[in-house]
Amino acid sequence: MDPLMPPPVRRIDVGQAPTIAPPRAQQPAPAAPSNGAALHRAPRRPATVTERMRLDSVWLAYGENWVVRDVSLRVNQGAVLALIGASGSGKTTLLRSMNRLTEITASAGRSGSITLDGTDIHNLEVNALRRRVSMVFQQPNPFPMSIFDNVAYALAEQRPKRGIRKRSRTPQLESAVEDALRRAGLWDEVGDDLGRSALRLSGGQQQRLCIARSLAAEPEVLLLDEPCSALDPISTAIIEELIVQLRESVAIVIVTHNLQQAFRVGDEVAFMHLGELVEYGSAEQVFDRPREERTREYVSGAFG
Amino acid sequence: MAVAAPPERITPPKEGVRTWPLIDQAAYVLCWVVGIGLCVIAAAIVLYMLVKGISYLKPSLFVTPPSPSLSQKASGGFSSPLVGTLVVSLIGIAIAAPMGVGIAAWLTEYRRPAGLARAVESAIEMLAGAPSIVLALFGLLIFSQGFLKFLSQGTAEGALGQSFLVAGIVMSSLALPLVVTSTREGLLALPSRVRESSLALGKTRATTIRSVLLPSIRPNVATGIVLGMGRIIGDTAIVVVLLGATLQNEPASSTPLLGFLRGTGSTMTSYVYNNSPAGEGNSPEKAYAAAFVLLVIVLILNAVVTRLAGGGSGFSLRRRLGWTR
Amino acid sequence: MAARPLETSAERRARRSERRTERTLGALSVLVLVAIAAMAVTVFIKAWPSFSYNGLGWFGTGAEPSAQLRAMHEGTPLPGHGLLYFTAWQLIWGTIITTGFAVAIAIVVSTLAAIFITEFAPAAVGRILDPVIRLLAAVPSVIYGLIGIVAIAPWINKNLISPSLANSVSYVVQLNGESLSTAILLLTIMILPIMIAISANAFASVPPSWREGSAALGVNRWRTIWRVSVRTAWPAIAAGTVLATARALGEAVMLAMVAGGRDFAPNLLDGLALLFEPVRPLAATIFQESGGLTIGPVSHTLYAIAAVLLVSAALLSFAGWAARQPLKKYGLS
Repeated sequence: MDPLMPPPVRRIDVGQAPTIAPPRAQQPAPAAPSNGAALHRAPRRPATVTERMRLDSVWLAYGENWVVRDVSLRVNQGAVLALIGASGSGKTTLLRSMNRLTEITASAGRSGSITLDGTDIHNLEVNALRRRVSMVFQQPNPFPMSIFDNVAYALAEQRPKRGIRKRSRTPQLESAVEDALRRAGLWDEVGDDLGRSALRLSGGQQQRLCIARSLAAEPEVLLLDEPCSALDPISTAIIEELIVQLRESVAIVIVTHNLQQAFRVGDEVAFMHLGELVEYGSAEQVFDRPREERTREYVSGAFG
Repeated sequence: MAVAAPPERITPPKEGVRTWPLIDQAAYVLCWVVGIGLCVIAAAIVLYMLVKGISYLKPSLFVTPPSPSLSQKASGGFSSPLVGTLVVSLIGIAIAAPMGVGIAAWLTEYRRPAGLARAVESAIEMLAGAPSIVLALFGLLIFSQGFLKFLSQGTAEGALGQSFLVAGIVMSSLALPLVVTSTREGLLALPSRVRESSLALGKTRATTIRSVLLPSIRPNVATGIVLGMGRIIGDTAIVVVLLGATLQNEPASSTPLLGFLRGTGSTMTSYVYNNSPAGEGNSPEKAYAAAFVLLVIVLILNAVVTRLAGGGSGFSLRRRLGWTR
Repeated sequence: MAARPLETSAERRARRSERRTERTLGALSVLVLVAIAAMAVTVFIKAWPSFSYNGLGWFGTGAEPSAQLRAMHEGTPLPGHGLLYFTAWQLIWGTIITTGFAVAIAIVVSTLAAIFITEFAPAAVGRILDPVIRLLAAVPSVIYGLIGIVAIAPWINKNLISPSLANSVSYVVQLNGESLSTAILLLTIMILPIMIAISANAFASVPPSWREGSAALGVNRWRTIWRVSVRTAWPAIAAGTVLATARALGEAVMLAMVAGGRDFAPNLLDGLALLFEPVRPLAATIFQESGGLTIGPVSHTLYAIAAVLLVSAALLSFAGWAARQPLKKYGLS
């Protein structure tokens, strides 16, 4: 072979059209495909639905602006609630109000009631509330500790009423950590060495670690703030599958920019626009048969 | 569909410390105690020096040289030590500033060979940590023999090794690490595009450093210089060992400037030391007055540093984290 | 067409000036390197006679250092020994307890203060504390010494040293206020500002996402600070501790003024009186004896002490580096 000859080039055949399915949002909403639901939704077992949190006429403000206006929702265990909407629609603020994270800002104000299992969350001690209503953020934020310490973090800080002593590797703590990692789908990948630094994991693994960390305290509600927006498609798919599996044991609220994701994982969908709750119903109803004009425009991609 | 504003707005409460476990509450209280305690201590020091210093301070002290005398009234003022402080710090910084900037420029811009650069960095670090008394000893050693004798007064077996020049030179090693570190920080913070654009215009690196980089880090260099001066002014050990800490400035010969610089003398710090009970000890009043003046000088320098550093770049202790409560 | 020269004369000049500059600056840096290396080497060379004469006993106990130094001054050696005889244990012990206590207290206080400044202090208090810390950092050590010797030591003498306490050790040493506790107090105040500044900077640099994540897990603010912020700031705290300890070790003048200056090793068995016994750290000794540098044996001894100080500073640097290594694994440096 003549060493000066260039290597053979693979020719790309552009005769055929690409075989990528067009994204759902580009189809006009009234023309609903009959079995569109089966195409893109993750297969799931029907689950019993129990109400966990109830939001009644919730208003939220930062400073002088009311960013959330008169929103009423239910959060159910057994069903995933997807909050969708354009930027600035207030969906993240609403999510953060559910575990009182909005209180960190001094200028925050609120009105209306949010209850967890019947008790107003503002009557609960805030840290106790946050252990029952856990949150996973957009950017994975594992602590600079080992994997084990990350997952055991919340457990070790609780009062010993669970019989778990601080930070010593008791069998109880170890089994709780393993349990959380299994539920988050991470055990197979990291179970062999839990002493590794959490920062060495890949982005998708870190996010699952954050989910495991939240699950370790066995919360009743899990709040997810665009958990996959910083991740690659494979990690996203893994986490979405996780979410569908977890919904039977934990009530899940997910805020997402990604309409396909909302359709893939959501059982109930709430569409917010400029702080108001425009439409709230089951996923099929909101995407295929939206009642409001604005909803129709959003899911068909007219804005967003 | 516009929705009216809600009837009442509830402002969320601050996170109650009362709900924390007892040990956490104790830690919280302890933090407060320490914080307030710090303010109290600082206030106490300043007020004490203020009161004592002002009560003994007289304008005549600034212009009268100290004279040997047992009584406080006749022992003169501190004009010579004041001059001494000025001279020593000027010599010290005149040596340290150009050297420090040059070394910092070499360390950041050239750095070849890399092993040598690392060695120089370690040496500067070691210099920063060396006690001034050790530096003084070393200075005495090299300046009292050999070809450096001319810098101080000669005696029968070699030079005394003590003079303003000698003290100034050794003082410069106190200020050098500070100048180097400050200048380096400034140079490292400059974005690389500044250098690239200058080099792309055909300027040599030397010209780039001289006319582009150094002028833009003037605040950093100035900060380093003022910090170095502060360190020089506050030092006593080198003064006592290398300047003689004689009561008055005693020139080594009659040549006007050179004789003075080759002679011994004292600075405000050694003056305070000598007049306190630890030194000759019989004029604590003068010690207070001199200490007060010294403190004022240092505070002024400090204020200058604060303004140069822009009051926020890297030295500000408080930073808003987004948690406003 | 005439061939263009490889390099114009202007370019050649520029290249040469560039090399000249590089060489000059490089030479300057090497000069400093050589000077510092020479300092270390010279100190050790001058110190060697004292070490070689005393061997390891240099670090042990024997006669009192002041008696040994006096013997060197007078030229008459102590019975059974040569002129270079020197046992520094009392000075070393003095240095260890003074610096040790001061740094230990300063670590705790500075961490709490840094936490206070960055977390709990209301805005107004924070604004005051900034210049306060800088003020404390700028005070020359001789002024601390002055305050110590004319204000604090007499106060301690009058109020804290009861006659019975003084009597209990009077057969060994006379107590006035110049003592271990004065030294520790002032030394702590002196090194606090550096440590607070470094620690506070580190606490303020903790990524907000970690703190938010911790809050969202239901961990209260103090625990968050303790488990996340302190852990993240730990390398900086270690670095600040090394700096502060180096400063404390090298502090000669202030300690010479307030620590008592008599070489006495405070005895733990003396109970509370321990705090009020005089102490004589190494650097202070050099300073106090610096008048005798022209005398051979004295100068060897003092250089030996200086060598010990230099080695300690180097060991400290290493210890600080070592303390930061374990956390590098978790992404903190």
